[in-house]
Amino acid sequence: MNERTDRYSVKILNTPPSGIRKFFDLIIGRDDIISLGVGEPDFPTPWAMREEAWYHLEQGHTSYTSNWGLTELREAIAGYLTKFDLHYDSKKEILVTIGVSEAIDAVLRATLNPGDEVIVAEPCYVSYQPLVELCDTKLVRLDTSADGFVATAEAIERLITPKTKALMLCSPSNPTGRMIPAEELAKIAEVVKKHKLWVLSDEVYCELVYDGNTHVSIGSFPGMKDYTIVLNGFSKAFAMTGWRIGYLACPAELMAQVHKLHQYSTICAPIMSQYAALEGLRSGAAEVERMRVSYQQRRNLMVNAFASMGIPVAEPEGAFYIFPDIRKTGLSSEEFATRLINEYKVAVVPGNVFGAGAEGFVRCCYATEIGKLKEAMRRFALMVEGKPLDQ
Amino acid sequence: MQEILDLLQNDARLTAEDIAAMTKKTVAEVQAIIAELEREGVILKYSAIINQEKNPAEKDSVRAVIEIQVTPEREHGFDALAERIYRFPQVKSLHLMSGGYDLQVIIEGRTLKEVAFFVSEKLATLNGVKSTKTHFVLKTYKENDIVYVDQKKDRREGVTA
Repeated sequence: MNERTDRYSVKILNTPPSGIRKFFDLIIGRDDIISLGVGEPDFPTPWAMREEAWYHLEQGHTSYTSNWGLTELREAIAGYLTKFDLHYDSKKEILVTIGVSEAIDAVLRATLNPGDEVIVAEPCYVSYQPLVELCDTKLVRLDTSADGFVATAEAIERLITPKTKALMLCSPSNPTGRMIPAEELAKIAEVVKKHKLWVLSDEVYCELVYDGNTHVSIGSFPGMKDYTIVLNGFSKAFAMTGWRIGYLACPAELMAQVHKLHQYSTICAPIMSQYAALEGLRSGAAEVERMRVSYQQRRNLMVNAFASMGIPVAEPEGAFYIFPDIRKTGLSSEEFATRLINEYKVAVVPGNVFGAGAEGFVRCCYATEIGKLKEAMRRFALMVEGKPLDQ
Repeated sequence: MQEILDLLQNDARLTAEDIAAMTKKTVAEVQAIIAELEREGVILKYSAIINQEKNPAEKDSVRAVIEIQVTPEREHGFDALAERIYRFPQVKSLHLMSGGYDLQVIIEGRTLKEVAFFVSEKLATLNGVKSTKTHFVLKTYKENDIVYVDQKKDRREGVTA
């Protein structure tokens, strides 16, 4: 081994590994555990999209694409975004990335300077905090738990200082499934413009909204295009997690900077994934809707199950997560999740890994078949009641 | 109503309680809708779908698709002859078709001989049947939305998502 004492980056040494990852290490290779852990669709990618990728492989379309992504795909994305009243130039304002994750990293690095402050609405997806901190900036946690896990303009404004540079939002949210109502987004937009912030708006769950809710992008409010970075991708709605394909849309001047990072770190997203994604935008709407309805039914089942256990939970408007409040058990979220795996063979993710306001909650992903969900809820109820698992 | 039908078509063993929870209706509402669907004949029956190739008792059974050309009868059209055909228990499906032939019959038998015998003795000899063409099914890949050949397995792995 290299014995230099400074052989690793201090910054990366100080970055904790993902708390979700740690939990999954407990269940690898265990067929007896029902996992509500992974935040991933249980559908395979719709066949028309898989078949399209196959066709292009057969044709030998295996080269790089433009750094920006295939022209047709960017045009299709620009067309798709108009559905949310977002208007971007497919040539200069849309970049195809390796999932939303790459896009977040690139945007943060392209906008932040040491000492800047970034407000992150928490609980949130586990990559936001470490990626912000790796930019030598100050992470300012916005605890949304008192407002039902919905970021409000008032709460955001309270945290703004002259150093605040950016705000990170995700609606519908991972891990809570909550959405920020359009009226509140309008107010947040005013705060953002007043203080000239960048908003990183993670909209990857925008297609998975329930009960007639519609997704509204903060970038669609008047004057907000200049302040917004729309982050989106195909993983969730099109069940394409393994293809690693996402995109971002932002003003051309910012994109010119983000693009440099993207070209140096990844060159371009995989061409097969890009063709499959294009086919999804062309013909996938019916399949997306079919999956959405199925998630909605399962969400309803989960809400009902927690209600009958007397476990408080805010009904999620979107995504495929539910975030029940397990404080009445008197256990920390980590103790609860550990006991649930070891004694009841159900895997959930303890809330504490998602940041402020999430302790005392656990994230359950309900993208799992109904029979398993019902059994998982039966076992969850046994745990809550303090009864042992039978069988 | 369509949502309830879709759910039941996918899994007829869902209880009214489950369906009520999944569709945000009351159990009584769901029961009433299902009763209505049954009464109206929209839901005909709840049955198990069996992969006969894996059923030890039936794994050698034979399935054939038979194309029949017929002479339609005055007044009754195709219906009277169709009825004479579908009453045979060997007949699993019967459709009136557009195109090159009239009736499509799917029959099942224990052996090839039994099916061939049924066609030549029973179907071909019916009054009004002009010709028959028998195709034996070699393998079922997918039927009624269900894929028969592969087993679904949850391949998702632990990941930081």
